[in-house]
Amino acid sequence: MAVTTPAEASPRKPVSRWFAPTDKFFHGLTFAAAVTVLLLLGGVIVALIEGAIPALAKFGFGFVSTQAWNPVKENFGALAPISGTLITSFIAMLIGVPISIGIAIFLTEICPLWLRRPIGTAIELLAGIPSIIYGIWGLFVFAPFMQRHVQPALINAFSGVPVLENLFAGPPYGIGILTASLILAIMILPFITAVTRDVFETVPPVLKEAAYGLGCTTWEVARSVMLPYTRVGVVGGIMLGLGRALGETMAVTFVIGNAHKIQASILGPGTTISATIANEFTEAVGDIYTSSLVALGLILFFITFVVLAAARIMLLRTNVKGA
Amino acid sequence: MVGLYARRRMTNRIIVSLSVAAAAFGIAWLVLILAELLIEGFGGLTLSVFTEMTPPPGQSGGLRNAIAGTLVMTSIAVAIGTPIGILAGTYLAEYGRASRLSMVVRFINDVLLSAPSIIVGLFVYEVMVIHMGHFSAWAGAVALAIIVIPVVLRTTEDMLNLVPNGLREAATALGAPRYFVIRRVAYRAARNGIVTGILLAVARISGETAPLLFTALNNQFWSLNLNAPMANLPVVIFQFSLSPYEDWRELAWVGALLITLAILALNIGARALAGGKKTQ
Repeated sequence: MAVTTPAEASPRKPVSRWFAPTDKFFHGLTFAAAVTVLLLLGGVIVALIEGAIPALAKFGFGFVSTQAWNPVKENFGALAPISGTLITSFIAMLIGVPISIGIAIFLTEICPLWLRRPIGTAIELLAGIPSIIYGIWGLFVFAPFMQRHVQPALINAFSGVPVLENLFAGPPYGIGILTASLILAIMILPFITAVTRDVFETVPPVLKEAAYGLGCTTWEVARSVMLPYTRVGVVGGIMLGLGRALGETMAVTFVIGNAHKIQASILGPGTTISATIANEFTEAVGDIYTSSLVALGLILFFITFVVLAAARIMLLRTNVKGA
Repeated sequence: MVGLYARRRMTNRIIVSLSVAAAAFGIAWLVLILAELLIEGFGGLTLSVFTEMTPPPGQSGGLRNAIAGTLVMTSIAVAIGTPIGILAGTYLAEYGRASRLSMVVRFINDVLLSAPSIIVGLFVYEVMVIHMGHFSAWAGAVALAIIVIPVVLRTTEDMLNLVPNGLREAATALGAPRYFVIRRVAYRAARNGIVTGILLAVARISGETAPLLFTALNNQFWSLNLNAPMANLPVVIFQFSLSPYEDWRELAWVGALLITLAILALNIGARALAGGKKTQ
């Protein structure tokens, strides 16, 4: 048996040592890039807080609890944009979630195999259309349609009904909270659908087949087998859609009407946090005005961060990634 | 029993038709929006759109400076964001696959992936525009680069994870050092996937408006000066479509059509390149 002496093995050593610095350098480079992502998040938080301090110091807690928005007197309260953001997102979820889940059920259980990819891709392309396109389309096509057909019908249908009468009070402007919510609902469809479809596909076929074998209908399989099995993932997908709806800017800016007031009717104009920033930031004069808008951004960042983090924690358990 | 059976069948039929209707509803919007873009924008799509500058109200003109600005800023953003995204994705998939840092970075990256883009605009305004004292194309490009990073990072990591470990082990057994294995073996095996990620990132940023509103702003004239405000398609569409001038609105529709066609082409190209693999 040949015994390798240290003298014979040594020629190998310098070669591996020769590679070591390059290897270490590349490792360090990738590490630095990974840390950059964390620094970005840290930077965003620090920069927003720093920018928001003058406004928050001046108005204190009143900034989130009052709805004065007066650039001339430099008196700002964020209640109207915050409530506008929450209301539009809520209505959008109310409409978007059932439709998204319906599409996901269609894609996994009903659609013929050869149609799944084209239809799935078409829905995903909705996510690719930039938000400004939704905005311009919403302003020139969808808002006039709402004004002429949908809003008068809603006003007539609910006049005389208590509560709902105030919720759908005229006049029909076309633009407003409801129009913005509907466009948001369309925009979040592809995101919720993609995640829901992916988690539905993780349901073991044997579970569904067992249920079908017992004589369950498609709907019973979806409701009693697929939804319970994928509940956490579906909720994660819904939260992901909510995160998108809360932060959506351009489409909402076009159609919401930009009115700093809270009103009972969802047909009236309103504003959201992102729409306020997009509309007023470049025109804002004075430190307090700018700082108030940055403070709005900080609030939006905080809300979406919590929602998106919750969504990701739920999706971690299912191994589905979502866009 | 017959009553129960009939009722179950009825419920099922209703729900099944509702979900078919939901799918039709989703596709209908895509068709409606694309049709409207073609109707409003196609007529204005002439050569002068590419050769003339954005006009003052009431005159004819094109979108040349805006198209050039969008191309310039998108290119710079990709040049900045892609290397960072690929390297960070490499760290997560190759060096620190199970480390705690990787888990945190992965989580934060996923949050950044869907964070509102207007926040990125505010951040770059606070960090760059205030200190430089003026709006600039650099600030716009950096804002877009920040949006590129999470998209590229995510696809790079996913695609590297799909590379079989046997390939890495074989290369290592031949004596190749780690960086060599990654660059010559893992990157090559994952190349199509990584390019897909870059294409999707370009598609994502080329229509982004919110981060450019208070970074690059806009410019009515031809300018390739990166230290000055630069025209770009999304902000031009925003300003022109909200204006009272008919010519401006027509140009806005043309710009919208151009952007949408480019983005749909990028999306479909990326999907074709990924060859049926999950890219989202």
